[in-house]
Amino acid sequence: MTELLDQIFVIVKHWLVAHSPFWLQSSISAALSAAAILVVFASLFALTTILERKGLGRFQNRYGPNRVGPFGLLQPVADGLKSLTKEDIVPHSADAALHLLAPIILVTAAFLGYAVLPVGRNMVAIDLDAGVLYFFAAGSVIELTVFMAGWSSRNKYSLLGAMRAIAQMISYEVPLILSSITVIMATGSLSSVAIAERQAGYTGIWPHWFVFTPWGFAGFVLFMIAAIAESNRSPFDLPEGESEIIAGYYIEYSGFKFALFFLGEYIGMFAISGLAITLFLGGWSAPFSFLSWVPSYFWFFGKLLSLIAVLIWVRSTLPRLRMDQLMNFAWKFMLPMAMINLVTAAVWHFMQSGSLRWLVCAVLVAAPYTLLGRGLMQSKKLEKRVYRFAD
Amino acid sequence: MTSRLTTPVYEEMPEDISDRIDQGELLEIALGPHHPSTHGVFRMDVVLDGERVVKLKPVFGYLHRNHEKIAESASYLASMPYTDRLDYICSLSNNWAYALAVEKLAGLQVPERAEYIRVITAELTRLVNHSATIGFLTQEMGASGTPLMYAFREREKILDLFESLTGSRMMCNYMRFGGCRVELPSGWLEQTKKIVEEFPRFLDEYERLLTGNEIFMARSQGVGVLKKNLAINAGITGPMLRASGVNYDIRKVDKYGIYDRFDFKIPLGEHGDVYDRYMIRMLEMRESLKILNQALRDIPAGPIMDPKAKIRGFRPKPGESYGRIESPKGELGFFLISDGSPNPYRYRVRPPSLINLTVLEDMCRGYSVPDTIVIFGTVDIVLGEVDR
Amino acid sequence: MLGEGILKGLAETARNFLGSYVSKDRLTTVQFPEERLPQAEAARNFPFLVYDGSDWQAGLRCVACQICEKECPPKCIFIEKSKDKKPDYMGKPQFYPAVFNIDVSVCMSCQICVEVCPFDAIEMDNAFELSTCDRFGGLLWPKSQLAKSNDYFHQIHPTAASEVDERLAEAKTKADAKTKPLAGAASSTSPQPESASTT
Repeated sequence: MTELLDQIFVIVKHWLVAHSPFWLQSSISAALSAAAILVVFASLFALTTILERKGLGRFQNRYGPNRVGPFGLLQPVADGLKSLTKEDIVPHSADAALHLLAPIILVTAAFLGYAVLPVGRNMVAIDLDAGVLYFFAAGSVIELTVFMAGWSSRNKYSLLGAMRAIAQMISYEVPLILSSITVIMATGSLSSVAIAERQAGYTGIWPHWFVFTPWGFAGFVLFMIAAIAESNRSPFDLPEGESEIIAGYYIEYSGFKFALFFLGEYIGMFAISGLAITLFLGGWSAPFSFLSWVPSYFWFFGKLLSLIAVLIWVRSTLPRLRMDQLMNFAWKFMLPMAMINLVTAAVWHFMQSGSLRWLVCAVLVAAPYTLLGRGLMQSKKLEKRVYRFAD
Repeated sequence: MTSRLTTPVYEEMPEDISDRIDQGELLEIALGPHHPSTHGVFRMDVVLDGERVVKLKPVFGYLHRNHEKIAESASYLASMPYTDRLDYICSLSNNWAYALAVEKLAGLQVPERAEYIRVITAELTRLVNHSATIGFLTQEMGASGTPLMYAFREREKILDLFESLTGSRMMCNYMRFGGCRVELPSGWLEQTKKIVEEFPRFLDEYERLLTGNEIFMARSQGVGVLKKNLAINAGITGPMLRASGVNYDIRKVDKYGIYDRFDFKIPLGEHGDVYDRYMIRMLEMRESLKILNQALRDIPAGPIMDPKAKIRGFRPKPGESYGRIESPKGELGFFLISDGSPNPYRYRVRPPSLINLTVLEDMCRGYSVPDTIVIFGTVDIVLGEVDR
Repeated sequence: MLGEGILKGLAETARNFLGSYVSKDRLTTVQFPEERLPQAEAARNFPFLVYDGSDWQAGLRCVACQICEKECPPKCIFIEKSKDKKPDYMGKPQFYPAVFNIDVSVCMSCQICVEVCPFDAIEMDNAFELSTCDRFGGLLWPKSQLAKSNDYFHQIHPTAASEVDERLAEAKTKADAKTKPLAGAASSTSPQPESASTT
């Protein structure tokens, strides 16, 4: 029974493919997967917009939107209608073709990454041998589209935003990829399906997720920080810097194209969180062995929603980092940490399992963290100060 | 990208910078007047080298409302509601400064209870202003409005107090020449005591949220340094001056009103950067709470208005006077020349925001655009005062 | 340690988030227009003319002395004195305003007209939903729109209204006491001039 519930979508898809003409079967199979991804993640996007606004409201001691529909749940419909009916203004001296292409390519590239994410047991669109590599390649196209948007608008604010965006996204690709290499080393394969299956076992009731190892934990934290930077979210939203250059690279976009940018940014955020879940948090496997009767896709989306909640929490609290501080952080802190993490993962792999392995790897992760952290703070002489009073 | 901004300039752009802009090496950009972070309609023409500021010119005047000229044709009392609208966040301080100037001119005596009420409302105004300033500072740093909402939550309680006392939350029009307009309503003192007791909890929450936050420290320490000598030479006053290390607070220097009866200290900064200005404001809020506690405890009963003061037909003797107070933004002064008629001959406001703004370029040169916004936030200007 | 301050900040916001479901102090929104906060008693927004009794034209307290017109800072009041006189609450014939207009878009709610009025004829209302679709005529309020009864004044500002009533009653008894022995002579009392300590 649990097996049936777990595999229900796979069974339905196989049934539909089997009952279609032979020469159309591969196209129908691909179309079904693509349609499923589009529908599911686009509705997740709609849900996230309202959750984010209500969540941000509660953090700020107020209600979020609560006028449209019960508890404001129809707000995405209202927003969608608004952006569809707004006038589409293209500046006179803008490069019209590039201006139009940028959001379209952004959304396409963002959706491409979902092809290799295993959403449940046996539920992946394409089982590529080099799945993780494909994901990073598709994700890098997003950086190009951001620059296209800023350049084609012929606006000094957009140009500033686009320059910042390119620098930021390129610098944070490096720790992102380095921290995922540890997982690939541990699994021995680039295929995301293999990585998820590798974490699906249990010892007693404890799962085999990579995040429960010292190098996995450090890798997960580094990966998530780099993921926030890649999706241009607070505290790394300087390209979009709302209080200085008011929407940066998409300042000249209005109406539906603006909605497409929004959609692309959020879809990219989900995709990279999905990859983090697959690499570090065990993909579709349950946290405890006695909970494995719950269907696998339920766990995947549950973990995705909790990661989104953490991202909203971080956004509402932290101020923005300045450009040079961003770059300092990426190159002088995250890159050395990621490389030391690689060494730690290798040490873990080659030592015998036991508490000595834990101790050595924990020290190998914690010591550079404190030293690098202290170095970063002291180089700028940052400390809490004590003030004197006159008379 | 070679279209140039056309602004009325007081000095010409130096040759080398002008050439470099034309060649495309430097970027000339206008921040404002239509901008979410410029505290009103205010414009900064910046010339950027990549992200570094090479030259900055503030352009204001978008909110000029002829306040000083209107005062010449209106009576002394009729100018009082207009002073509310100068620094529209701290209306009660503006009222007090103007009343002080006129009382000096006409030789009026203020009864004790009115003095205590004036001190209480002025310190409450200081709390209101400083919480708004630090809230907006964090908003400009990008913390999506969360600390701002906490600050405004506290501010609302004090504005409700003002409404029950004066009738209006912001445009209070409460001080009169020789005292205060209306007696405290029943229960007002108890309400104020309760709010003053609960206020430190909000300050502690703010400190936990921001003061140790590494990102906040990185954004504010070492940014926008204002040296002591430059501050003194440029005539800066208020928290900006004290953050640069100069011990000058008009409440201690002039001892206007009854400030010499209260026990409070002046916090001083050392580096003069954004972090110091933020911390000085937090510490000043704590000192204001001390003053409030003492004033609420000691307020006597009595009249609130000088019996010799006249509401209508007020004609002070010919002469001139300058009355100044320590408003939350700096030294707010009113200079009046009277020629014996019901209208002043000359009425001049010394706006602290405008004078503090003159060193903006010196503070911002060499820093990047986000820093400029943050530094500008700590200068703490209100366009109503800058443009009058 | 790097990140400690950030974690403390995150804990603080989490406390506010969870607290917003539990305590009123952390969710301070008032859902206007379904919920409304009661206005403070002293709240002021726009002036109105007080009339005693039930007929607004006969009981209007204003005697068109034009002091409020002179003292108003933005000069938003326009008064035209009438040619004839009608009796006021003490029986004495007084002028009345034939035209009394206040421009809503110019008035800045400073309350100086209320302070200087010697007859307690103009007081501040606290209604603020005054918007209209007619930008010019709709925002110039004539006498008929400005006149509101003394009972309404008692409703919105009870302490101020009772104080005014007391003072006027006192003045009336004093005037009656004087006119009785001096029957025939013109009564020389008038309502007491406004002092600086009333709302």
